[in-house]
Amino acid sequence: MPAYEPILLKNMLQPGYAGSLTEYERAGGYQAIRKVLGKVSPADVTAVVMKSGLRGRGGAGFPTGVKWGFLPKDYQGPRYLCCNADESEPGTFKDRQLIERDPHQLLEGMLLACYAIGAASSYIYIRGEFVLGAKILEQAINEARAAGYVGKNIFGSNTSIDIWVHRGAGAYICGEETALLESLEGKRGLPRVKPPFPATHGLYNKPTVVNNVETLANLPHILNRGAEWFASIGSPPKSTGTRVFCVSGHVARPGNYEVPMGITFRELIYEQAGGMRSDKQLKAFIPGGASAPFLTPDHLDVKLDFESVALAGSMLGSGGVTVMEEGTDMVWAALRLMEFFYHESCGKCSPCREGSSWLVQIMRRIVNKRGRMSDLETLTDLCKNIAGRTVCAFGDAEVSPILSTLKHWRHEYVAMIHAAEAANLIRPEPVGTKH
Amino acid sequence: MLQDKYKGEIDDILARYPVKRSALLPLLYMAQREQGYVTEAAMQEIAGILRLTPPQVYETATFYTMLNLKPVGKFHLQVCKSLMCALVGSDTLIGWISAKLGIKPGETTPDKLFTLSIVECLAACGTGPMMQVNDDYYERLTEEKLDRILADLRQTGTCSLKTGPFMWPEPQKA
Repeated sequence: MPAYEPILLKNMLQPGYAGSLTEYERAGGYQAIRKVLGKVSPADVTAVVMKSGLRGRGGAGFPTGVKWGFLPKDYQGPRYLCCNADESEPGTFKDRQLIERDPHQLLEGMLLACYAIGAASSYIYIRGEFVLGAKILEQAINEARAAGYVGKNIFGSNTSIDIWVHRGAGAYICGEETALLESLEGKRGLPRVKPPFPATHGLYNKPTVVNNVETLANLPHILNRGAEWFASIGSPPKSTGTRVFCVSGHVARPGNYEVPMGITFRELIYEQAGGMRSDKQLKAFIPGGASAPFLTPDHLDVKLDFESVALAGSMLGSGGVTVMEEGTDMVWAALRLMEFFYHESCGKCSPCREGSSWLVQIMRRIVNKRGRMSDLETLTDLCKNIAGRTVCAFGDAEVSPILSTLKHWRHEYVAMIHAAEAANLIRPEPVGTKH
Repeated sequence: MLQDKYKGEIDDILARYPVKRSALLPLLYMAQREQGYVTEAAMQEIAGILRLTPPQVYETATFYTMLNLKPVGKFHLQVCKSLMCALVGSDTLIGWISAKLGIKPGETTPDKLFTLSIVECLAACGTGPMMQVNDDYYERLTEEKLDRILADLRQTGTCSLKTGPFMWPEPQKA
């Protein structure tokens, strides 16, 4: 198995590393912020990040430097940075590890981002269930504040940056950046209509940047070792750096693996994660969290970078790779994900709110051997009327499990419906679903 | 009353935000910590503190699944049933808990000790099946582990099998 140099997981892979300030400093931590603060202009920091090719690690893969560049240059009022630690895409569990094992790496990244965009206040929006993660972050912020990294006039540079932890309360949609801002403002987490974008009208209607935990954690390394170094890793020019891929499902060694972008799924699944857990062959995998369409064994040699996965008809998304072995019922799998989306639909847009309920009812009917052939057409039709017709990307995400399983394993749906016809059980019309 | 008891903490929370309403979730959590669930009286009081109308507080509180608007047992068992956990046996885990405690999902044991809830993804997909009990995660569960957790919770109120700070796979021992 080829060994890759870990960047984000480097510290925590050292035996005994517990993530305290002293340990982080001993490992070379907080050097980037010392090097940059008051010595390099914020515009130059943004230029370095842009040159590095760093793209958002939350799911959409938007270039980070470009996102920062959208903030109005001449705006005099407050600006905000929000760290998206809502990690709620099924299949993803990397941010939790980055937060709990090396919190200062994230904090230093946030300080750098705040400096670059001129934000004096920043919030870490962490999902409510991460009680331990929130505690660890609070402690780390206190340590950093006592050491003078966070607070007023940091190292006499005239720059003041404060960081606070804000806990969410169990809503998937709050990982969507404008829903996150709404939630941070104390409201229901309903995504906003865009434009205007958060870059001009974000938190409290002020210019705001929302970046994922992993994105921010990359910043100290980019500033320390240079844009060229970062851009040489992975699959340049469009997918630079490493990613922490979260492998789950029927593999021998599930877990977080940091590898350069551009290795193949085959290498990630069979070498890093130890292959399948039993003699059963791989049947399907999801390449980037629940929102990404399913792929088949034919796609194992696809490279793990943004473009290649998109070309294969799916998306790299949040980096959550879920593997399913032979024997897994794909209609059931799609239903499970559909139930997730049904439960998490925020209810703002009718196509998603109503459509997710109908999709769950029809899928349940098929799985319970009460389906009919026309259901397949109805499913497709519904999916096509949800995707692209909602305020946020949730609508596109929720239809991907059904559409992709229908595409690759239509015969399983058909077999279930044939079984239903043979059994000739009573077939109720969909009338209602309980959460 | 929260204000009499936690004056300092409330001021501290309010100082973090330029707009008061942002303190709503933190204060609702405070109310939940105090009584195990968010009461109507607490929502009224929070509305007063933040200069909101009670419906504004209620509208936010009802959106978030982690805020309990009804009493729950002393130990709130929340089992993830999303696909990633389901692939590695979360349905079996739910069956074990139901059988051992004699309650169905959504119910509380008569002694008010345990409530069983089925929840969606808790971001522990590599270490399923898993559950969250109040603030703690328990991962890679087996029937033996579950027995020990339930027994420990009954006796001591906590269990050493809880996991975190999280890292998986674990770093090699030196």
